[in-house]
Amino acid sequence: MMSATDLAVGQPPSRRTRLDGRSLAWLGVAPFFLFALLFLILPTGFLVVGGFQDAQGHFTLANIGKLFQPSIRSAYWISIEVSAASAVGGAAIGFFIAYAGVIGGLPRWIRPTLITFCGVASNFAGLPLAFAFLATLGRTGLVTALLIRYFDFNIYSTGFNLLSFWGLAITYLYFQIPLMVLILAPALDGLKREWREASAILGASGLQYWRYVALPVLWPSLLGTTLLLFANAFGAIATAYGLTGSSLNIITIELYAQIRGDVLHDQNLGYALALGMIVITGFSNAAYIWLRGRSERWLR
Amino acid sequence: MRHSRIGSWLAIAIGTIYFLVPLLCTFEFSLRMRRGEYSFDAYRIVLSDPQFQATFLYSTALALATILVGVLLVVPTAYWIQLRLRRLRPVVEFITLLPLVIPAIVLVFGYLRIYNSSSLLPFTASEAATNLLLTFGYVTLALPYMYRAVDTGLRSIDVRTLTEAAESLGAHWPTILLKVILPNVRVAVLSGAFLTFAIVIGEFTMASLLDRPAFGPYLQLMGANRAYEPSALAIIAFLVTWASMGLMQLLGRRPGDGR
Repeated sequence: MMSATDLAVGQPPSRRTRLDGRSLAWLGVAPFFLFALLFLILPTGFLVVGGFQDAQGHFTLANIGKLFQPSIRSAYWISIEVSAASAVGGAAIGFFIAYAGVIGGLPRWIRPTLITFCGVASNFAGLPLAFAFLATLGRTGLVTALLIRYFDFNIYSTGFNLLSFWGLAITYLYFQIPLMVLILAPALDGLKREWREASAILGASGLQYWRYVALPVLWPSLLGTTLLLFANAFGAIATAYGLTGSSLNIITIELYAQIRGDVLHDQNLGYALALGMIVITGFSNAAYIWLRGRSERWLR
Repeated sequence: MRHSRIGSWLAIAIGTIYFLVPLLCTFEFSLRMRRGEYSFDAYRIVLSDPQFQATFLYSTALALATILVGVLLVVPTAYWIQLRLRRLRPVVEFITLLPLVIPAIVLVFGYLRIYNSSSLLPFTASEAATNLLLTFGYVTLALPYMYRAVDTGLRSIDVRTLTEAAESLGAHWPTILLKVILPNVRVAVLSGAFLTFAIVIGEFTMASLLDRPAFGPYLQLMGANRAYEPSALAIIAFLVTWASMGLMQLLGRRPGDGR
């Protein structure tokens, strides 16, 4: 009550002085910073600090050390593998599709259609995506059944399982590829037609053009976007949870179980689990931002 | 050239197959509920399920609340940064990118710990307060997209001139924001809003861990217990996503169509 009155009294009489006031200019962004503090910084900070504390609140590195016990290390490792496989695969396939749609010489309607569809597909994630892939490549899925019926080929007899590393990686591609296309399409626009013509006049082959001109310009965006895809997959949980229940022990599912019921019987180890995730996604995003800065130099 | 065009068609064709086959399979599977013939039984059961209706309505309401709070938070901030505090732009941009760095599950873990019922801000003490916390959580998740959309919109108009013109006509800042700035970035705000809707409607992690009766946890429950209904739900979810993104594209293509 008191502060509200103070504010009302303290308000400058005229509009002009209010807009000129240095300190009051800051007031305009105060709600945003307060929001960020309450719902981004403090919750994360609490976990980060908690990761370095023991149950009594004393500083310790023991939780970080415990992250390297076999069960937790393997959960991180599977997460990293699935994220890396789906990021690299998504980036490679997405690159070819984006290339085809943007500079592949196809009819004009292809590009807007492709971009619209990618916008939808990159958001079609989570549980519905898991259901779709269960209906497709699950044990009773249509593609599985058709392959058995017409080609006498049972993918499950090859050791494939949708509820496994490869199954998860293939499923993640469904939102990774479109995301790559969406981010890469503007970067491909930045490849100037003159560069290609200039290199052709100088006698360069298509391969040489890519090797010495296009890829050196594009590689920061390619690598950067791959890192973004990695972080994107690393933090995902719903798709994996819908596909595998809790049979595939990736780190997000491990953390989910920990939050639900303290399965590790160690609150602070739970905080360290979250801390480890932030460190990994933080690294890949920092590298992405750095690489994006580099790529923007050329692609204006 | 001819050679590379075949390669382009091939890439598009393979992409199309990879993206359409799961949708077709899901649709086919969702029709198989009645033995020996195709029917829309699974859809009928899902759509008439009171729990479906309740959770879908809950998530829709939550999405609308998220959009409202998000717009109220982002538009004035982005406007003010553009007009008066340009040197803060990198800081604000960095903060809006943070939700892409910090996974949703980590954020909600933090919420549960610092807003528990014995804390200073006991957001999880009552249902209404938890709904509010979930809304704020969703605003956080949508922040990167909402901010980017609005910021792009604001950059494409002359904020300074518009503001000065409004001021010289005697408008105060709520009027400026609501009647001058907002209509000019309407398309950008709406595209951010539809994207937010697509993100919130099926969100699972936060809703589940905050124990709210949202659409995401309902999907999980159905997935774990039913055979055909999940496929029908996946198709419905796809249509909802398609509608959101389609409306977004449509709006982006036609700026200034009356109202």
